[in-house]
Amino acid sequence: MQQVLNKEPINSSVEISKKVQKGEVILKVQDLYKSYNRGTPVLQDIQMELKQGEFISIIGPSGAGKSTFLRCINRMIDPTSGSIVFDNTEMTSLKKADLRKQRSKIGMVFQHYNLVSRLSVFENVLHGRFGYKSTLQGVFSLFSEEEKELALSILDKLGMKEFAYKRCDQLSGGQKQRVGIARALVQQPKLLLCDEPIASLDPNASKIIMDHLKDISETMGITVLVNLHQVDVALKYSDRVIGLNKGRIVYDGVPEKLSNSAIRDIYGSEIEDLILE
Amino acid sequence: MDDRLDIIKKKKIQMTVVLLIMLLITMGTSRLTEFNFIEGFQSIPGTIGWMAANLIPGAEAMENFSKVLSKLWETIVLSIISTTTAGLFALFFALFGSKTTKVNGPLAAFSRLIASVFRNIPVVAWALVLVISFGHNVVTGYFALFFTTFGFLVRAFIETIDEASMESVEALNATGATYFQMVFRGVLPESLPQMVSWLFFMIDTNIRSATLVGLLTGTGIGYLFDLYYKRLDYETVGLITICIIVVVIVIEFISNKVRRLIL
Repeated sequence: MQQVLNKEPINSSVEISKKVQKGEVILKVQDLYKSYNRGTPVLQDIQMELKQGEFISIIGPSGAGKSTFLRCINRMIDPTSGSIVFDNTEMTSLKKADLRKQRSKIGMVFQHYNLVSRLSVFENVLHGRFGYKSTLQGVFSLFSEEEKELALSILDKLGMKEFAYKRCDQLSGGQKQRVGIARALVQQPKLLLCDEPIASLDPNASKIIMDHLKDISETMGITVLVNLHQVDVALKYSDRVIGLNKGRIVYDGVPEKLSNSAIRDIYGSEIEDLILE
Repeated sequence: MDDRLDIIKKKKIQMTVVLLIMLLITMGTSRLTEFNFIEGFQSIPGTIGWMAANLIPGAEAMENFSKVLSKLWETIVLSIISTTTAGLFALFFALFGSKTTKVNGPLAAFSRLIASVFRNIPVVAWALVLVISFGHNVVTGYFALFFTTFGFLVRAFIETIDEASMESVEALNATGATYFQMVFRGVLPESLPQMVSWLFFMIDTNIRSATLVGLLTGTGIGYLFDLYYKRLDYETVGLITICIIVVVIVIEFISNKVRRLIL
């Protein structure tokens, strides 16, 4: 983690405010509520607006509802009530085919990479195009030349081109995660959801992944929403930090203003009791 | 400290009690069934002697070899066909029954129920029931093997799918993939080696079952076994047994090779 900390801060607060003003709202969450089997709520009273090109981290203790929130956005989990408007479309009422279409505009990156391990890197990356293909095209892997070139150029950008024809089970964790990101990028998404992308990686690989995610939000104008366990990483990379505790948003603002008392609200313990580095 | 000692003591007492109960059950049941251990063990050398004298095929039995081979071939083909066709049906039921790839809850419960019914009726019972409707022919044997294999494979495939592809299914669904894209490009590549190895397992199980089924339906190697057994031609019976053993071993060998190849 030392390396991460030693890096120069990427954004001054001036730049942040400029970007926030510039970007249009692409995701608007209102009154989101989720509970399983009418038990205690996992998420409640969630209000949030994300703008294009923003880099947002969600931090909070285990079980705070971070993963559930991310999965509610692309309806991998159905919210109990509330509204999620992504790219001018209400997500919560979508039926199958329309939901597919919306999902293809939202990339997702997972803690355990979730690759098809027995297929090659190239095949896995092209899986990101399924949302744009008919069932038969997908089943028989019929991809156009442009799609293949797109996949290769993205792999190149992530430094994974030379591994394109390797099977995914032969890669290291950091490499697998880069394939996961490539699969999401090949969707040409407007929003990238990252569920604990560095929780299973060593500090070195973590830095590579976070740098790539940051670069994606800055140069490609894709909104990146990341669940993180590491507060220091969140502070370092984010334009905006959202603190979640017991399913409620307890902090939403720039990382510079995240005070010790705010961290206490999020994690429910004194700052001295937390390992931050 | 005292507590811990007590726990250890307690466990020892529990173990002793369990052992004593098991001993009592064994003695009780052997008394009830008039099974005598000492007599049973004493008869083993005699049995081996009898087997050596009667079951080793001599020149006379070898005359039947070509007949045995042709019937054995029939049995092998029957088990392969019943296993592969059952495997195909099982794949669809497993996809619908698995937690990861189910289409909806009721269909999943239904396919699990069907599989469970087919699995829990023993192959002999199937054969006896089907022989009434289909008569003494290969079709009866085929269906008897098909049904039990189907039931078993659905269960095995469901577990394979859940184990191998939970994570990639989630990722593919998140990209907006359709159901069959997700199945063919995510689930199948991930679980195919394990499924193929289950198929081979069922083929060699079915060769053994087919022997038994053939005995009831009058087809295949089982019929021949029954025939020579009733003629008291034990040498040919021995020959048949050896042939079955060889075939099962060969299939296991091939299955290991293929598995290594596709893994």
